[in-house]
Amino acid sequence: MSSTSRDTVIHRPRLWLSARREEAFWGYLFLLPWIIGFLVFTGGPILASAVIGFTDYNIVLAPHWVGLKNYATLFRDVHFFNSLRVTATYAVVVIPGGIAGSLGLALLMNQKVKGVTVFRTLYYLPNILSGVATAIIWVWLFNPDPRRGMINMLLHVFGIDGPKWLQSMTWALPAVMLTALWGIGGSTAVIFLAGLQDVPEQLYEAAKIDGAGAISRFWHVTVPLMTPMIFFTFITGIIGTLGTFTGPFIMTQGGPGDATMFYGIYIYQNAFVALKMGYASGMAWLMFLVVGLISALNFYLSRYWVYYEAG
Amino acid sequence: MQRLDSSTVTALAYSTTMTSGRQRRHSRSYRLRRLLGTSLVYLLLVFFAVMLGFPLFWAISTSVKPLGQVAAVPPVWWPAHPLWGNFVEAWNRVPFLIFTRNTAFITITTLAGNVLASSLTAFSFSRLRYPGRNVMFGLVIATMLIPGFVTLVPTFILFHRLHWVGTFLPLIVPAFFGGSSFYVFLLRQFFLTLPLELDEAARIDGASYPLIYAKIIVPLAKPALTAVALFEFIGHWNDYLGPLIYLNSMDHYTLAIGLAFFQGRFYTYQNLMMAASLIVLAPCIIVFLLGQKYFIQGITFTGGK
Repeated sequence: MSSTSRDTVIHRPRLWLSARREEAFWGYLFLLPWIIGFLVFTGGPILASAVIGFTDYNIVLAPHWVGLKNYATLFRDVHFFNSLRVTATYAVVVIPGGIAGSLGLALLMNQKVKGVTVFRTLYYLPNILSGVATAIIWVWLFNPDPRRGMINMLLHVFGIDGPKWLQSMTWALPAVMLTALWGIGGSTAVIFLAGLQDVPEQLYEAAKIDGAGAISRFWHVTVPLMTPMIFFTFITGIIGTLGTFTGPFIMTQGGPGDATMFYGIYIYQNAFVALKMGYASGMAWLMFLVVGLISALNFYLSRYWVYYEAG
Repeated sequence: MQRLDSSTVTALAYSTTMTSGRQRRHSRSYRLRRLLGTSLVYLLLVFFAVMLGFPLFWAISTSVKPLGQVAAVPPVWWPAHPLWGNFVEAWNRVPFLIFTRNTAFITITTLAGNVLASSLTAFSFSRLRYPGRNVMFGLVIATMLIPGFVTLVPTFILFHRLHWVGTFLPLIVPAFFGGSSFYVFLLRQFFLTLPLELDEAARIDGASYPLIYAKIIVPLAKPALTAVALFEFIGHWNDYLGPLIYLNSMDHYTLAIGLAFFQGRFYTYQNLMMAASLIVLAPCIIVFLLGQKYFIQGITFTGGK
């Protein structure tokens, strides 16, 4: 394996040095586009948003420094706190709901029955159907008229008078959540399925010997071995949740009232409708801090519940 | 990865002899229980398939109904004479041709940029050794944790200053710089599975690193690169926020923007509205059905192992 290069080392040490340097040169060169991209499109903008957050800037006139005024306004802005509440409520339902549902689907897809792969394709499909067109389809499904909207039509069959969904202060957010849960579809389940298939069969057998029932085997064998994937899904779920935009923007424009005013929609409105770039940057910078804190906390807590196989 | 210690092996051997004996004794009730279990599994599989598939079915069903049947009581599950012409009518009501051309252009160029850039970065991280490599990779992973909204405003200001707002450039150019960290991660994982001896042998034959990338790694990594390309296709085809803030004229609009813009035009024609939405989604569905193997492999590869 590496013996060939080791031989070269012994016989031609000077060439080895330059070879190593050459490797580093190409390593950095291949990395260069990413570094430029990071500085210009990620690192730079994060720092810039911190600075812009201290200014009044409407993109037409030159920005001027206002110190902490944006943040002072933010902490008195009921819409800001509402957008936090909406986003957090959504996260608290959709992330665990998505993980539990995906785990259930994965267990189902792990059953050794004929034709199960056809179902896998079907389950995955919603995940690729995102964006405007799908949101428009959901608006149609949530149409409150039981002769038109499929959901209230079905509820009507069971004798339930369906709510006004997207036009209701109470039901608009649950409707958006349902859409999101549907959109996750089977994509996370596919990740979990790979994890389930990696669980060594002998662990189940050993647990059986110890008298563990099916439920106990699930909790004490399957779940611990799945925790790295659950953790991964959890972290990416938080980031994804904070980026929620298109679905509610098309379905409700953040309404009715403020009922589905997600953090992202509020940033968008401030920046590109009200042209309050400074204010929006302050919000974005706060989001960055919150995400940093949540992620750090998650990684810290993960050592208590995420199980990594030794070896 | 899985290490067997001796006690597990003994337990395993013990358990196989035990269960086979038990199975033989209770074979009839065992078979009955198995049959019940299988039926339950199919029942659940079908239930979830209906739950997840029904929205799409209802959209398709609505799209081929005459307007009179859209709100019929009792509901028409599938029209006796599907009006496929609704798709032609929806297509003609909106400048779909321009939107499709723009979307295809943006999608293909960003896809090419991202596949190229992320594979170069992943190559550097997986096949080459140099000081600071792991720190840089950590940085790539860290950027995965940054929601897009954090950089949205300053990036917009940057493109505004460059006078790029109103062109495709803000949507396309970033793709060529390093690619998204998710794809870098996925491709690095895949590249690491390819034996390093390939590179070493090529080096001895005098191949340069760009040549190793182009002639050895890229051809071997086709399944992973295809997965990235497919994810990119779906992502950019459906992208809304980017085009929403950067494009401002009808001849630059993408399908997502155009569809949202013309929503009002279909307001009272839900059948045409569904047809228009399905026209926008059709390429994604086709791409997915053709490449589903790569989707599944790709998503499995990122599973946080």
